[in-house]
Amino acid sequence: MVTPVTSLGRNGLYDWLIQRVSAVIIGVYLIGMLGYLMCTGDLDYGSWKAFMGSVCMQIANTLLVIAVAAHTWVGLWGVTTDYLTSLTFGKAATGVRLIAQVAIALALVVYLLWGLVLIWGGA
Amino acid sequence: MNDKRPVNLDLSTIKFPVTAIASITHRVTGVAIFLALPILLWMLDRSLASPESFADLKELMTSPLVKLVVWAILAVLLYHLVAGIRHLIMDTGVGETLEGGRRGAKLVFIISAVLILLVGGWIW
Repeated sequence: MVTPVTSLGRNGLYDWLIQRVSAVIIGVYLIGMLGYLMCTGDLDYGSWKAFMGSVCMQIANTLLVIAVAAHTWVGLWGVTTDYLTSLTFGKAATGVRLIAQVAIALALVVYLLWGLVLIWGGA
Repeated sequence: MNDKRPVNLDLSTIKFPVTAIASITHRVTGVAIFLALPILLWMLDRSLASPESFADLKELMTSPLVKLVVWAILAVLLYHLVAGIRHLIMDTGVGETLEGGRRGAKLVFIISAVLILLVGGWIW
């Protein structure tokens, strides 16, 4: 059996678990954040900054950006391996797919680092 | 494999059942969220950088076009969330029959439509 070198967990079962654990983190965060924003009403800079600067939210936000990066990678890996194939691209398929996957991976690493800088207050 | 089996991979000639539409919409919204990530990160950046950038972002959010974009992003997020919750429920073995699958797909469309309308009302 050939191990897919581009899948996050190197095997489907591990990717399946990563996808679900990250999904739960993102889902809980999304519901919580929408709830907070809806209940707070007219938000001002001071309380928003203090809220996002609390250790609790810094940890939640860090978990979120890591979960989003992992979840998106597993999801888009599935999409690229389904559609960027020899059926659509013939002999060029492997090259096309690899370029797309590397571009997506780079974008996700950039977003992850950008998110971490925002969360931990470098900017 | 029996070579005489008919093969039809031309998606445009296949009538999509409701479960397939729910599935492909989950994928499309997933890709859309990936494309929206830089917008969300930029908004987070502006909201935290300074009181001025926060005020600018708040001012920007009063524009109907910007509201539409934010609503669209929240809409794809909400659909993806609801369809994802259905996946987790199906992982436990619930709703895995053909009828259960159809019912679940319809429920995803109904629940996400209600949530999208509610969040639209909140934005406006």
